[in-house]
Amino acid sequence: MQDLGGAFGEALRLIVQLDRDLLEIVGLSLRVSLSAVALAALIGLPLGAVVAICRFPGKAIVVATLNTFMGLPPVVVGLVVYLMLSRAGPLGELGLLYTPSAMIVAQTVLVTPIVAALARQTVEDMRSEYWEQLHAFGVGTGGMVATLLWEARLSLVTVLLAGFGRAVAEVGAVIIVGGNINHVTRVMTTAIALETSKGALDLALGLGIVLLALVLGVNGLASGLRGMVARHGHA
Amino acid sequence: MFRRTFLKAALAAVLIAAAASGHSAAHAEDASFIVVQSTTSTQNSGLFDYLLPIFTEKTGIEVRVVAVGTGQAIKNAANGDGDVLLVHAKAAEEAFVAEGNGVERFDLMYNDFVIVGPAADPAGIAGTGDTAAALQAIAASGATFASRGDDSGTHKAELKLWQAAGVDPAAASGEWYRETGSGMGATLNAAAGMGAYTLPDRATWVAFENKGDLQILTEGDTALFNQYGVILVNPEKFPAVKAAEGQQFVDWLLSEEGQAAIAAYQVDGQQLFFPNAM
Amino acid sequence: MAMPEAAIAASAVPGSLPPAAEVVLPIAGRGLVVRRGGRTLIDGIDIAFDGHGLTVVLGANGAGKSLLLRLLAGLVAPDGGTVTWGGTPPQRRHAPFVGFVFQRPVMLRRTALGNVRYALKAAGVPRSMRDAIAHRALGDAGLGDLAGWPARLLSGGEQQRVALARALASSPRALLLDEPTSNLDPASTLAIENLVLAARKAGTRIVLVTHDLGQARRLADEIVFLHAGRVLERAPAQHFLDGPSSGQAQAFLEGRIVL
Repeated sequence: MQDLGGAFGEALRLIVQLDRDLLEIVGLSLRVSLSAVALAALIGLPLGAVVAICRFPGKAIVVATLNTFMGLPPVVVGLVVYLMLSRAGPLGELGLLYTPSAMIVAQTVLVTPIVAALARQTVEDMRSEYWEQLHAFGVGTGGMVATLLWEARLSLVTVLLAGFGRAVAEVGAVIIVGGNINHVTRVMTTAIALETSKGALDLALGLGIVLLALVLGVNGLASGLRGMVARHGHA
Repeated sequence: MFRRTFLKAALAAVLIAAAASGHSAAHAEDASFIVVQSTTSTQNSGLFDYLLPIFTEKTGIEVRVVAVGTGQAIKNAANGDGDVLLVHAKAAEEAFVAEGNGVERFDLMYNDFVIVGPAADPAGIAGTGDTAAALQAIAASGATFASRGDDSGTHKAELKLWQAAGVDPAAASGEWYRETGSGMGATLNAAAGMGAYTLPDRATWVAFENKGDLQILTEGDTALFNQYGVILVNPEKFPAVKAAEGQQFVDWLLSEEGQAAIAAYQVDGQQLFFPNAM
Repeated sequence: MAMPEAAIAASAVPGSLPPAAEVVLPIAGRGLVVRRGGRTLIDGIDIAFDGHGLTVVLGANGAGKSLLLRLLAGLVAPDGGTVTWGGTPPQRRHAPFVGFVFQRPVMLRRTALGNVRYALKAAGVPRSMRDAIAHRALGDAGLGDLAGWPARLLSGGEQQRVALARALASSPRALLLDEPTSNLDPASTLAIENLVLAARKAGTRIVLVTHDLGQARRLADEIVFLHAGRVLERAPAQHFLDGPSSGQAQAFLEGRIVL
C-alpha cells in the first residue's frame, strides 16, 4: 500500500505548484457547493422556520419527513435529478444535464432538507422564548419567521456549514448529473474518484487533503464571522 | 394546495438561479461543443486527453466526454443525453442502432483484453495463452477472480469468455468469483488488494498506476480481441443532438488523420489502440 | 399592521394618545375559564378595564394572576368565555396599542435602540420616524447613554427598563405588566415604578400584576384580588388595603398563607 507520506507530498506539491487545472477544479467545487448552499438557505431556512413556528395538523409528519430526508443518499438524488434533466425527462428541454447548473440543482436537493430540518430545530427552541413577546408586538407569522431566523443567525451559520460540508464532500450526485467532464464539470470529489480509478492513489489522497483544507478554510471564515458578531455582544 | 404552489415556486426559483449561475461561468452556450458518451477505458488510458485537443484545434468543436461503463453509456445515449456514443460491445451497439437510437455503427479501433493476476499465480495459468484453459484453471483452483459485474463492455466480454470456457461463475458468486460492480480502475484496485485475477483491457492496464503485485499472465489469444465502435446518436429521434458537429467528430475519427492519431498514442512506448476503420 | 395617519402623527408627540388607540378599550373578559390537566385555573371571571388609572391585580402564587393577564392580552386562548378589546376580539393590528411587559424581559439580539425600533416597526411606524421616537423613549427611561449597547449585555434592571421603554414607545392605550420587578434590585424597581407612574399620568390605562404588597400600596388606584381563579374583590386601593371584605384578602394582607 502507498504510504500517507506520499499523499501529503502530493497535496503539498499540488498546493505549491498552484496547478491551473487544480485551481479550476477547486473553483468549480466552491462555486457549485456554495451556490447550492445559498439556494438551500433561501428555501430551507424559511421552510424550517415556518414549520417551527406554525401549528398545523400533520406537523409531526412533516418534521419526520424533513429529518428523514437529511439522510438522502447522494446517488439517489443524482439519479432522480438525472431523470428529470435528461433529454428524455420532463425538464430535458432546459439542456442542463452535464453542466454545473445540474450539479447545483442536485446538491441543492441534497442539502435543503438538512438546512430545513436543522433550522426547524433551532428556531423551535427560540420560539418558546420569543413567541409571546412577538405576539404582543403584533408580529404575524411572516414577521416571526424573519425575526427568529435573524435572532438565530449564529446557530444558523453552523447549520449552513453542515450543509456546505455535505455538499462539497459528496460525489454520488454530481458525478451522475455532471458527468465528470474535464474542464466543465470536474470538481474535487469527482477528480478524486477518477484518480482512484486510474490507480493514482497518492494523487487522489492529495486531492482529498486539499479538499479538507478547503473546507477548513470555509469553516475558518465562518467562525471568524461568528466571532465578530459574538464580540459585538449579540450572542 | 398552498404548499404545492410554494414547492412549484421554489423549484422554479432553484432552476432559474441555477441556470443563471451555470450560464455565467461555464463557457457552455457560446462555444460549440458535443457530448460523447464513452467508457472508462478510453478515458483512464489517457487516449481522449491526447486525441481530443487535436480535433478541437482543427475544428473549434469542444468534446465533452462522459466516461462511464459501456452499459450505462448506451442507456444515457438512449435517453438522448449525448451526441456521439463510443463504446466496446458490438452486439449492444447494433441493438442500439436497430432500436433507432443511433444512425449507424462504425468499427473504430481495437485493443485486447489481458488476464492479470498475482505473481504467485495460484491457478498456474502463466504462459498458457489459451483463455478458456486459463479460466477453467482459475475456476478449478478456486483462486479469487474479480469481475466488473457492472454490465460494461468489459464485463460482457468477460461473461462471453466464461461461457466459451464452459464455466458458470455466477454459481461461485461471493466465493471465489467477486463482482465489484464498479469501473475497471476500481476493480483493478480491488484485485490488487485481494491478490485476485481479473480481466482488464490492455489500455487501462498499461496506464494503471496501482498494479501492486499484479502482472499479465495470459495474453494474445484471438478470443481476447476488443473492438470499439462509434455511433452518431439519432437526431431524428432526439432533436437536441448536434448532428453536424457530432458527424464531424465521427468522420474525423474514421478519417486517415483520425486513425493515424489513434495509432500514434503511446504509453511507456507501447501503442494502446489499433485503428481498424479503414 | 398599518397604523392610521392620525395615529402616526400623534405617536410622535409624547403625552398625547392616538385617537385610534381608543378602539382597544375596554379590555374585557366574560365568563373566562381555563382548565389544565383536570384543574381549573381560571374559574369564570368577568372583568373589564376602561378609562384611566392603575389597577393592581393581587393574589397569592397560583391564584391565576399572570394567566388572567395573558388571557386579556390575547396570548392565551381561554377554554371558555371571550376576551374583547373595544367590543371585538383582539386583532393583531391593535396589538401595539396594548403594551405588555413580562416578568423576564425578552431582549432581541440587537442594541437597546434596535429593540425599540423593532417594536415601532411592528407597530407600523414609518422608518423615518422610528429613530427619533426610539431615542426619546430610551431617554425617558434614563437609558439614553445605553442606546447603542447590545441589549443582552445590559443588567437585568436595565433590560427591564428597555422592555418598558419598548412597550411605551408605540404610545399604547393600555399597558399590562406581569410582575415586572420581581427579579430586580430596589433601585431598578424604583426606576420601573416611576416609569409606570409617568405612563399612568400621561393617560395610559395600566394593569399591573404583583404579589408585592408594598408595590400595590405605592402604585395602585384600584385593586383586584384574585383567589383560586376567581375575582374575590375589586375596590379602590385605599378601601381594599384598609379593610378588605373577604377573609382570604384579609389573610393575604396579614401575610398568612391561605388555602
